[in-house]
Amino acid sequence: MSTIAAEVNDHAHDDHGPAKGIKRWLFATNHKDIGTMYLIFSFAMFLVGGLMALVIRTELFQPGLQFVHPEFFNQMTTMHALIMVFGAVMPAFVGLANWMIPMMVGAPDMALPRMNNWSFWILPVAFGILISTLWMDGGAPASGWTMYPPLVLQTGDAFPFLIFSVHLMGISSIMGAINIIVTIMNMRAPSMSLLRMPIFVWTWLITAYLLIAVMPVLAGAVTMLLTDQFFGTSFFLAAGGGDPVMFQHIFWFFGHPEVYIMILPAFGVVSEIIPTFARKPLFGRDSMIYAASCIAFLSFIVWAHHMFTVGMPLSGQLFFMFATMLIAVPTGVKVFNWVATMWKGAMTFETPMLFALAFVFLFTIGGFSGLMLAITPADIQYHDSYFVVAHFHYVLVPGSVFAIMAGVYYWLPKWTGYMYNESLGKLHFWLSTIFVNLTFFPMHFLGLAGMPRRIPDYSTQFADFNMIASVGAFGFGLSQLILIYVLLTAKKGVPATDAVWDNPEGLEWTVPSPAPFHTFDTPPEVLPPLKQEQHA
Amino acid sequence: MKARWKPKPMLRQLVLILTSLAATTSTARADWGLNMPEGVTELSKETYDLHMLIFWVCVWIGVVVFGVMIYSIFAHRKSRGVTPANFSHSTMAEVLWTAVPVVILLALAVPTAKTLVRLEDSRDPDLTIVATGYQWKWHYRYQDEDMGFYSTLSLDSLEARRKQSGIDPFTVENYLLDVDNPVVVPVGKKVRLLLTSNDVLHAWWVPDLAIKKDAIPGIINETWFKAEQVGTYRGQCAELCGKDHGYMPIVVEVVDEDAYRAWVDTRKADDPQFAAR
Repeated sequence: MSTIAAEVNDHAHDDHGPAKGIKRWLFATNHKDIGTMYLIFSFAMFLVGGLMALVIRTELFQPGLQFVHPEFFNQMTTMHALIMVFGAVMPAFVGLANWMIPMMVGAPDMALPRMNNWSFWILPVAFGILISTLWMDGGAPASGWTMYPPLVLQTGDAFPFLIFSVHLMGISSIMGAINIIVTIMNMRAPSMSLLRMPIFVWTWLITAYLLIAVMPVLAGAVTMLLTDQFFGTSFFLAAGGGDPVMFQHIFWFFGHPEVYIMILPAFGVVSEIIPTFARKPLFGRDSMIYAASCIAFLSFIVWAHHMFTVGMPLSGQLFFMFATMLIAVPTGVKVFNWVATMWKGAMTFETPMLFALAFVFLFTIGGFSGLMLAITPADIQYHDSYFVVAHFHYVLVPGSVFAIMAGVYYWLPKWTGYMYNESLGKLHFWLSTIFVNLTFFPMHFLGLAGMPRRIPDYSTQFADFNMIASVGAFGFGLSQLILIYVLLTAKKGVPATDAVWDNPEGLEWTVPSPAPFHTFDTPPEVLPPLKQEQHA
Repeated sequence: MKARWKPKPMLRQLVLILTSLAATTSTARADWGLNMPEGVTELSKETYDLHMLIFWVCVWIGVVVFGVMIYSIFAHRKSRGVTPANFSHSTMAEVLWTAVPVVILLALAVPTAKTLVRLEDSRDPDLTIVATGYQWKWHYRYQDEDMGFYSTLSLDSLEARRKQSGIDPFTVENYLLDVDNPVVVPVGKKVRLLLTSNDVLHAWWVPDLAIKKDAIPGIINETWFKAEQVGTYRGQCAELCGKDHGYMPIVVEVVDEDAYRAWVDTRKADDPQFAAR
């Protein structure tokens, strides 16, 4: 440590500001710059994926085929999912991690800044490749983001590009995860014990381990697809003695932890925000950490609940059903803890708090439908219907995406040094919340009534709810224009104080607003006491 | 020729939506398909009961949790001049809200497992049908009758489904849910369904029979149903299988034993299409 510190001092570090022009971004090694790039990139992907969702909802506005051909419709559903999962939600959380984790643990930067640069810049390349497939012979991938063989092997010229871009996304995620783990493990302020870490850092630590565990599994699965297609293997081809179902097992062994990769950091963000605006310490801090760890462990032994209709042995179905039901326990603990944090607090309702509260309400609704989906005989009815579409959009949009928005509003004044426009933020919140429910709630009814997912046209009995959902989708999409405006004018408000909010907890609030280019060149000697310690 | 398709006036549609939302009669709900159908087999009714059981469990948990939250949002706000409490632990509460969900889950697991066990018991069928998925149609083979046939989207729907066909889907009976050759089965008989596929994955789903099972190339999957009520039940392919995934419906006609026999005999005698394939 001491030799490194001496070297750093030789460079006269204090004068070392950001590089000028494009170099600042291309060769960025600063965690704040890279975090900003991650966030901007993910927001751009959110808009691209959102436009694709609007193509889908436009076609589904009324029965009959009015605007696109079925093959293009399938490309839209597939690309929408791939872009939203790997391009919007995951990089947004990595962006928040980049910005906040070093500041939260009192570190000067991420542990591996050059790798940090690389893991970001791979992403625009990966998504450039993926999006370019739209103009290839045979069109973009159209087999769903789950890429089930044999259908995925019918993809046209896009096939190898799909595989390659998924590999790149995986490499980027793995490097990001390694960086986060090393930063958290090695660069915490010396006085910060593991259990003393902020909850957001904790959830990201667990998430990073999940990423390292399962992204290689996805890489393996898609590599097997590649060799099946081009090199004569038969991993998943029945005609050659392979098993198409094996792909689903491998995919969901990745896929279920992936679901928690997208929600655990959201739990972290919300666990930071609610105590601040309730003016009360987080209830059951330790049990929050244990619950997140439990959820992460269980995520590895429930994958086949995505596959209750593939024809598993009874014992297998029973095991996966019971294991899945168990997840409700730690998830319930988290929800109860958030509610207990609010209880007898002194709440105010600034935009971050509004988004966090909506998260607790609406994520819980997604959790309820998740519990319903665990009940295997009922799942056989729900499976691959719009009920599932409603379920995972509830946990992903008013779940993960709302948590990301809550986090952005929460930390934005720390990033820019100015308060954002609060009334516009609230307007953005209310419109988003109303329209997100208008979009996704009717989908529960559609699924129960028997509408399968991934169809471009439907029987007339599904017409009314589809129309409502489409109206909601356009409303939700347009509401995001307010967010764009709020972000563009983020520096026009009144200057923010260092603490920004009313006595929030955490090291990030002890540095100036905007946070200087380099923070914590030396780790903080004394940590501000946790609120629960202050009162104890 | 049918009239050129025109979008319904938005206002009328909106009024329709609002009035339908307000309507609470059971017929209105049936038309709207708000809920899972109870179906016509013993197991579909059990599945429906499980669905409603877990639904109400969720509703009640929701009422309690959201109730507390909403009360807290109104009562414990700074604008009311409250001073925040500072507790952050309560062993009693934490044990309680870990243990109670465990008990609820155990109570749910027992009936669910029982139904699942019955669902998997396809022994001693009265007849066996092999359904094979193709891009994009179904083939049915009656094992005991030595006959088989393809079942594809009916012509009416086929015409109307084309992009900008000019045909209003509302004028087509059972739009996208009708086939040329339905599966005919006798009422009250245990029908074993063997599923496989000739190309990609498909899934055979008829909500009223509470059956959904994947059709997978190289694998023969098994499921069964025993329809207790004569009628026509419609479903669709439920696993993405390419561009016409939305256009390979399933129609099951449940008829009484005599009608079933008559159907088999006439089909075998009259129609070369139904000869063994």
